[in-house]
Amino acid sequence: MEKVLTVDYQKCTGCRLCELVCSVMHDGISNPARSRIKIVKWEEEGQYVPMICQQCEDAPCKNVCPVGAISRDVDYGFLSIDHTLCIGCRSCVSVCPFGAMNYNQVDKKVFKCDLCGGQPQCVRFCDMKAIDFVPADNMTTKKKRFAATRLFASQKHAAAIQEQIQPIGQTG
Amino acid sequence: MALDRKIAYINLSTSKIETKPIPIEIRKKFLGGRGLDAYLLYNHAPQGCDPLGPDNPLMISGGILTATCASATARTHIMAKSPLTGLLGSANMGGFFAPEMAWAGFHHLVITGKAKSPVYIWIHNGSIEIRDAAYLWGKSTTETQWAIREELGDEDIKSAVIGQAGENLVRYANVMTGIKNAAGRTGMGAVMGSKNLKAVAVRGTMDIKIAHPVDALEYNKKFIDGITSAKVNSTQGALGTPFIWGATNSWGGLRTRNFQYNQMEYADDIEPERLDEIATETMGPYHMSGCFGCQVHCRAQYKIPSGLYAGKYDEGPEYTSQGAFGAEPDCRKAETVLTGNHLVNQYGVDNLEIGSLIAWAMELYELGIITSKETDGLDLRFGNDEALLEMVHRICLRKGWLGDVLADGGIPASEKIGKNSFEYLIQVKGMSNLHSDERGTPGLALNIATASRGSDHLRSRPAIDLYHLPEKVMRRIYSNPIPYEGPLSSEHTDYEGKPWQVFWHQNCYMAVDCLGICKYHTVFLGATLPNFEDWPKVIYYNTGLEFTPVELWEIAERCNNLERLFNLREGLTRNDLIKGDTLNHRYFDEPTRRGAPDVVGRTIDRQKFKKMVDEFYNHCGWDKKGVPTSETMQRLGLNQEPSHLL
Repeated sequence: MEKVLTVDYQKCTGCRLCELVCSVMHDGISNPARSRIKIVKWEEEGQYVPMICQQCEDAPCKNVCPVGAISRDVDYGFLSIDHTLCIGCRSCVSVCPFGAMNYNQVDKKVFKCDLCGGQPQCVRFCDMKAIDFVPADNMTTKKKRFAATRLFASQKHAAAIQEQIQPIGQTG
Repeated sequence: MALDRKIAYINLSTSKIETKPIPIEIRKKFLGGRGLDAYLLYNHAPQGCDPLGPDNPLMISGGILTATCASATARTHIMAKSPLTGLLGSANMGGFFAPEMAWAGFHHLVITGKAKSPVYIWIHNGSIEIRDAAYLWGKSTTETQWAIREELGDEDIKSAVIGQAGENLVRYANVMTGIKNAAGRTGMGAVMGSKNLKAVAVRGTMDIKIAHPVDALEYNKKFIDGITSAKVNSTQGALGTPFIWGATNSWGGLRTRNFQYNQMEYADDIEPERLDEIATETMGPYHMSGCFGCQVHCRAQYKIPSGLYAGKYDEGPEYTSQGAFGAEPDCRKAETVLTGNHLVNQYGVDNLEIGSLIAWAMELYELGIITSKETDGLDLRFGNDEALLEMVHRICLRKGWLGDVLADGGIPASEKIGKNSFEYLIQVKGMSNLHSDERGTPGLALNIATASRGSDHLRSRPAIDLYHLPEKVMRRIYSNPIPYEGPLSSEHTDYEGKPWQVFWHQNCYMAVDCLGICKYHTVFLGATLPNFEDWPKVIYYNTGLEFTPVELWEIAERCNNLERLFNLREGLTRNDLIKGDTLNHRYFDEPTRRGAPDVVGRTIDRQKFKKMVDEFYNHCGWDKKGVPTSETMQRLGLNQEPSHLL
């Protein structure tokens, strides 16, 4: 079954453990510059947003590649780079609207999220599940339940307030 | 490799910069972080040097595991001779600074000299540059950080900075990174200020190769699962350290009205649950944030709900701010605690010290030892929220007679105030006690009396003593890695066995500080958390260096002894009321007035306390005066110090 990464940025604590384990898992090296995931921060406001590859359907990186080095994995649906074909022109880096196609200046290679071959380490290590790996057919289920919970709670709260307010003219 | 991270010597007087590798022999003896800093301090600080003079070396470091695939390797350690105590200055902060410094190629910095005008140090992928900071002078801690990012055009730069308190040489000014991560104690910010050093900015994209990446990754997962499954850490992750404050207040272990009481009444508005409510109301249901690589996420985010600073964003408060702006001055409003916390973060000053000194001044004011003449008309009575916050401004900006006097720290202030003000000053080695009251807990009292940087809980506090753990569990913890068959008591009011616990924790926390990881990832508050058995594996998987648990223990002992040697060299003597391993007389003479049945009415027994110190010295391998014996020096290979190898 096709699964996709989902991000709930509100849950992110900004610890960047995902960046660390991503680079260690892929390269055996600790270096966020080698990470496929990046936490973009507005520290002065306390907002952290994990940025990942969206594995786009109509993928600009795949479309722009002049040598056809980017293709979709048949098992997991992610876009993968064939480094034997890649000529290192970095056109894919330029066109990616999310900045999710990266370039490694040491190895002189582009790199992107490959879902760790079906077991994304960022998800495995994220205690908050700010990033999750869910079946593509119900990726919004959790979100709906969370939003519904809030709605439900506030409606109850609103009803309680309304009961307390006495109509004008009935006081005194 | 983590081991190829370098050390840089930066002389701000001459602008000379030198970088060197860190020899593996040095690593094997002192690891990194606080331990190696202690070695550098003992070797580079001239005896009796002026803490605010150019000769005082300032060390900034990460641990040996910093930025490797171990959990929570976020800690930055800062060391120098303290301008507050004249003894060891040492402070530690979380955040993201040390890992970034490691990715920029460095584990250790030794900063000496004094720049002619304000500067900051810019470290980027192996290169170091001293840059003009005139435009940063006068800015707050966060303003400084954002301004550096803007100047250099990189949002990912991390900086360790001082605020106005450090510039004004407030002797307990701190060094800060991010919104609230502070190397808080012993005045390291004043040392930076004395060097005209506003900030150290780092940015790095250099590889740190992991020795055994698959093992490191898998072990890290196991490690983290153990850490997050501990109840204490899930509570920390929900409420932050305020939960400890709440628990401590409930049984009577909190310094209130300076030292008049040991429990705060009517504290509903600053209880952890209320603070959590405010965080939820202002920042939403997910308002906890974490330091680098840490899944405990104990740092709350909030906006000040009301008052002059309403709407300002900040992080915390830690339990220290609840003490400093809550119990000690007996102010009961969340708004005051959250505002005070914001002010100290912006000015860059130690909340523990400033809160404690203001509470001391409040007691002096109520006793008539100082009057409205000294306070320039400020009504400095307990519970006066406005006066408390006004004093924070005055101290950090050195405004008014009392503000200026308190900015120099408790001991010099007590000399200037005179009369019997010293008797009311709750300090050890010239540093104010934290917000806790240890009269009901002799083990904790021994900890603050003997801690190397002055009164402090993060050097040797056997905090798990409060859990009344079964003796079997205590035996398992405290007989590892060195067998111990002496007494151990589950009762926190006992004196028996506490010296060994304090000694054990002293080594445990030193080991953690050398590794560069957070104390919540060890036997600090959770009895089941990682220990000497676990760290050798983490070190091996990440760096390839092999240690046994006993070797790691010995390294911790060695580094603790170096700190001791430094303190002795700078004038520590056992019974000195200012530079000694002693407690304020009120611990012995004034019984606690509130709290649980086993806490109320307690004092520390002088004779038993003396016996505990004797025993503690004995465990440390020190003589009755607290000086390491020649056998200890021999055993730990310290008789050649200072050896000037680095």
